[in-house]
Amino acid sequence: MIRYLAKRLGYYAALLIVAIFLAYALSCTALGPRTYFEAKQPRPSAASVDRQLTALNINDHTPVVERFGKWSKDLVLHADLGRTIHNTSVNAEFGRRIVVSLRLLLIGSLLGMLLGVAGGAWSAVRQYRISDRTLTLVSFVLLSTPVFLLALLLKNGAIAAKDAVGHEVIPFTGYETPGLSGGIGAHLADWGLHLLLPTLSLALGGLAMYSRYQRGTMLDVLGSDYLRTAEAKGLTRNRALLKHGLRTAIIPMSTMFAYSFLGIFTGATFTESIFGWHGMGEWFIQAINEQDINSVVAVNLFAAVVVLASGFLADVLHAALDPRVRS
Amino acid sequence: MTTAVETDLLTVSDLTVDFAGVPAVRGVDLRLRRGETLGIVGESGSGKSVTSLAILGLLPGTAAVSGSVKLDGRELVGLPNKELSAIRGRKVAMVFQDPLSAFTPVYRIGDQIVEALRIHQDLDRAAARKRAAELLDLVGIPSPDRALDSFPHEFSGGMRQRAMIAMAIANDPDILLADEPTTALDVTIQAQVLDVLRTAQRETGAALVLVSHDLGVIAGMADRVAVMYAGRVVETAGVDELFARPQHPYTLGLIGAVPRLDTSGGPLVPIPGGPPSLAALPPGCPFAARCPLAEDRCRTVEPELLGRPDADGHLAACVRSAELAERAPAPSEVYPVPEVAPAVADTAVREDREPVLRVSGLTKTFPVLKGSVFKRKVGEVYAVDGVELDIRRGETLGLVGESGSGKSTTLFELLHLAKPEAGRIELLGQDTAQLDRASAHRLRSDIQIVFQDPMASLDPRMPISDIIAEPLLAQGAARELIARRVPELLRQVGLEPAHASRYPHQFSGGQRQRISIARALAVSPQLLVLDEPVSALDVSVQAGVLNLLQQLKAELGLAYLFVSHDLSVIRHLSDRVSVMYLGRTVEAGAVDAVFEQPRHPYTRALLSAVPLPDPAAERNRTRILLAGDPPSPTERRTGCPFRARCPVYAALPATRHARCETETPVLTEAAPGQDHTAACHYPEA
Amino acid sequence: MTTVIAESSIPAPAVEDAAPAGRLRLVLGKMLAARGVLVGAVIVLLLFLLAFGGPFLTPWNYVTPDYLAIRQPPSGQHWFGTNGLGQDVFAQTVRGLQKSLIIGLLVALFSTVVASLVGACAGYFGGWTDRALTFLVDLMLVFPSFLIITIISPKLRGAGWIAFVALLAAFNWMITARVVRSMTRSLKEREFVRAAEFMGVRPLRIIVRHILPNVASFLITDATIAVGAAVMSETALSFFGFGVRAPDVSLGTLLAAGTDQAPVFPWLFYFAAALLVLFVLAINLIGDGLRDALDPTSEGARPPRKSRTRRTSRSSK
Repeated sequence: MIRYLAKRLGYYAALLIVAIFLAYALSCTALGPRTYFEAKQPRPSAASVDRQLTALNINDHTPVVERFGKWSKDLVLHADLGRTIHNTSVNAEFGRRIVVSLRLLLIGSLLGMLLGVAGGAWSAVRQYRISDRTLTLVSFVLLSTPVFLLALLLKNGAIAAKDAVGHEVIPFTGYETPGLSGGIGAHLADWGLHLLLPTLSLALGGLAMYSRYQRGTMLDVLGSDYLRTAEAKGLTRNRALLKHGLRTAIIPMSTMFAYSFLGIFTGATFTESIFGWHGMGEWFIQAINEQDINSVVAVNLFAAVVVLASGFLADVLHAALDPRVRS
Repeated sequence: MTTAVETDLLTVSDLTVDFAGVPAVRGVDLRLRRGETLGIVGESGSGKSVTSLAILGLLPGTAAVSGSVKLDGRELVGLPNKELSAIRGRKVAMVFQDPLSAFTPVYRIGDQIVEALRIHQDLDRAAARKRAAELLDLVGIPSPDRALDSFPHEFSGGMRQRAMIAMAIANDPDILLADEPTTALDVTIQAQVLDVLRTAQRETGAALVLVSHDLGVIAGMADRVAVMYAGRVVETAGVDELFARPQHPYTLGLIGAVPRLDTSGGPLVPIPGGPPSLAALPPGCPFAARCPLAEDRCRTVEPELLGRPDADGHLAACVRSAELAERAPAPSEVYPVPEVAPAVADTAVREDREPVLRVSGLTKTFPVLKGSVFKRKVGEVYAVDGVELDIRRGETLGLVGESGSGKSTTLFELLHLAKPEAGRIELLGQDTAQLDRASAHRLRSDIQIVFQDPMASLDPRMPISDIIAEPLLAQGAARELIARRVPELLRQVGLEPAHASRYPHQFSGGQRQRISIARALAVSPQLLVLDEPVSALDVSVQAGVLNLLQQLKAELGLAYLFVSHDLSVIRHLSDRVSVMYLGRTVEAGAVDAVFEQPRHPYTRALLSAVPLPDPAAERNRTRILLAGDPPSPTERRTGCPFRARCPVYAALPATRHARCETETPVLTEAAPGQDHTAACHYPEA
Repeated sequence: MTTVIAESSIPAPAVEDAAPAGRLRLVLGKMLAARGVLVGAVIVLLLFLLAFGGPFLTPWNYVTPDYLAIRQPPSGQHWFGTNGLGQDVFAQTVRGLQKSLIIGLLVALFSTVVASLVGACAGYFGGWTDRALTFLVDLMLVFPSFLIITIISPKLRGAGWIAFVALLAAFNWMITARVVRSMTRSLKEREFVRAAEFMGVRPLRIIVRHILPNVASFLITDATIAVGAAVMSETALSFFGFGVRAPDVSLGTLLAAGTDQAPVFPWLFYFAAALLVLFVLAINLIGDGLRDALDPTSEGARPPRKSRTRRTSRSSK
């Protein structure tokens, strides 16, 4: 069992290395930091541009493999992700933004998953009743709304509310009120309020997806032989459903968890940009526009680690939930 | 009998079940007395399983149940779920067909039994666990304390069914409902589980309702029998009476359609046609369309389940039951039986016929892999470990063995037409190790296969004309030839050539198997490999397919390699038989010799485990119950692989054990020149 | 091998006197019975009519400004109003819808073709082919495809929207391929495929004649849903400036242009937003209905017990 997970971990590490190299090479070929420096006023000399580029290890005249070698050496030996195009530390920026992004990603995905699993199971048990149909319709509409649009709609709603009431009801920019005084309680409440809309825009999509999927697996379980056995031993229908049905029906969700993180990460990129969160996603879009290779690669690294970690977590979860995998 | 009237424990009257307007059970009456065993027998779709589920209210919400089910005088139909839950598992407990899917896969066996105990009894966890261990011990599960902590998937099929029975008797119920409890199991395991059921019944004094399609199981277990057809009971009687003097033509036909282990040869009695669709039942007796005794009045009114007052509870739903009771005809006197011409094997001496297939020392191992990405080998499974086969023109070799004995692997090795891992395969005199690609491709037309499940072996997305044409196309046959062959083949297997453009799902199971046979015959093979060709079919339909196979063999001079776990079918169809255990041939020879004088202890146990559709014979014979399950083929032991379960070895004086432990037995002839070999150091003389 | 006598309380289908089209008719019947499919199909049809017929209904085209109407609300003259340059929002919206629909359809088509080929080959041939293709799929799933597309898209600035379609399709086939692979692996164990192998039918022919037709119903359903997903990706990327670019318009560029003014000039934003959600919703309704109709194991068609229909595994590992 431990050996199995260790194997998976090794595989993910191999994937990570290959993937990061490809992302690095891709960023190097697709982005042109040279044009960024050349566009500066007054226009620097070619030699000076070359010097600056080389100093940042993003000179396109140096072979990609060589640059990658230096970059990965710094990363492995000094945990150093290099310098941004503004010659600031990527590590510092990374450290600031990871806290912001993880807060959003973790709360959003967990909330979406828990509510989705509960809703889906409930919907399946009440198949074809009004409550099931309502939840089905709502999840269809949510599934059909891109995350950025959902975020925009929530933000527009908050703006409308502000205009109607005259002051901000629910904050829709940033992750804290700048210069807020007061104790820890006030700060927590402030954070919570700021989290509300961005988290909702992520969690609602997850809720819809998980609930559809959970409803399906739960319906499969409803016709199963073992659920009938549980009833035949004398469990009431509801207890049998809860104890035997739901417990088995959540197993496939672990696989779903791995896949859904891809989508959630993308969604978070949009959400951050729209709600003015200075997180990884916002940084990424900004970095692309500034031809900032090292920052782009850093975000890619973060994304890959998050995705693979969720994949590994899904494996662990699967093994924990299903004894058949363990042996 | 005195004044005390013997009341029935369970009375089912006029029970009907509909699924979305389509009836599944149409007015069933049953009575169960305390402690007795009632067998319910019927084919697919007869409503027997639905009836057993309806008794406990375990049908899904889409089922509409009406009528009455009275347990000890208390009405169960319409009882609220909560009150039914108090009865389920306490008064009436169930044993299901497929013990793998019937246990919740994520909980330990022990926890599931403990749960069953604690629902109905006020026990703490430790006491419940102790009781659960006792129950596992009672049903014969070795080291019960460890077994409690196993997950269902870690158990073998037989062990799971034992555990299921343990769970069912946990609360000492009055009634055990067993729905096809042994259908998914091998015959030796079936014998063990039936034995456990008897033990369970003895210990608890419970009445048993045994639902089965297998007349042999019913004959051996039941006190009384109810025969179901098209959602109704068509005949019910004491078990001896029913088998000796059936009063419904359907029962009579069923008895005639079953091949028997204790007789050989001759055509079976097929019941023509197939069961009717309950969605569109014609008026009158639902069996009339298939009944050779049907008269005009049978097609107008459906007969009631009636009996003569003196008949001691023998009831039949047939207007001509009195006539049948009086005449007591044999099945073949009522049903038309096809004439089968003598096959080649019956007319020519075996030595004069050329060999079609010769296999010696065939071995096939599979690596046991660990790891997900870079798999590494941690061991080997000896799936086939020394198989010997010999088939001559025009004869049928029956290949017998239980799950995991390597039958299927053997077949696939033959059909690959490649060099085997070890040993030698010779098809029509050609060594497969020597074949190049082109000649292997040509040789494919000489060996064809018919699979077990006719639905799975026909591509659902193709019309049957394309399906039958596929082997011809693969051999590069001309289009004119294909256009001519397809209708010809359909006629040959008894199907309408006009139906060539239909799809597989538009045919019944028996018809689909005929399509499979037609496809296999398309390229005029010399050898047909039949992999359990009738085991997915109902008895009455199976007889027709077996007769067809015999007829084709006689007409075309085919040789068959007939694989089956069903010894009765093997006995019926084969000229020679070969018995496999753990990947090896342990006994082979002419079918009569092997079945009447089995020499290997495994063969003897196998034969004794087969239930006979004859209650008197069932009661009077001795059984050899094998201990435990077949061992895992991952370990290759020295000596005789059967010795762990061998009754002969167990009875031997210790001085003679050494030979079985060190020396692997080889196939030796019973007498020089006799076609009967066995791989045992101490064979029965 | 042991017998499993499948005892279904639903009687085996008797031989009907139906034409071979029986299955198709069955599927059609089930689909029409599901109201969602019908509603979805009608909406999609209407939206296509709007996207391709709409430009002929209005005298305005999507670029020419009407200087007399700047930021006008919807009126008889400009049905969806006008934007800050005086361009007709209806003309722009139908043009954007058209582009989004075409992109969605093409992406779904290309990605499904790639997914079915890769999946079927990996599943059927197994061994190193399988390992290599699985690694490729896993590798491409390491990053959210959005990141990669965003990095590449500046390079493709000159190549127009067709390059954008190729890019979207190139990063949209992996999960489908995984499912096709596992379906193929289980189909390969099915007896009709084995039978074909033993008859000497060649591998590619088996894939074309037996494997692909039997995953077709999944592919159709999946491609349908992929249309909606592709439209969502397109709009998102275009919204951030990484997809369709001026002078082309798509629903995404329209939303980007209208978003800041949405609270004050709602017509600049909400018409495009509503059409987007409506289209994807309709597509999802059709997809869901198709799945129910094409999948014999789906709810509704479930026999009350012991349905021994073999279920192709949808799990990915």
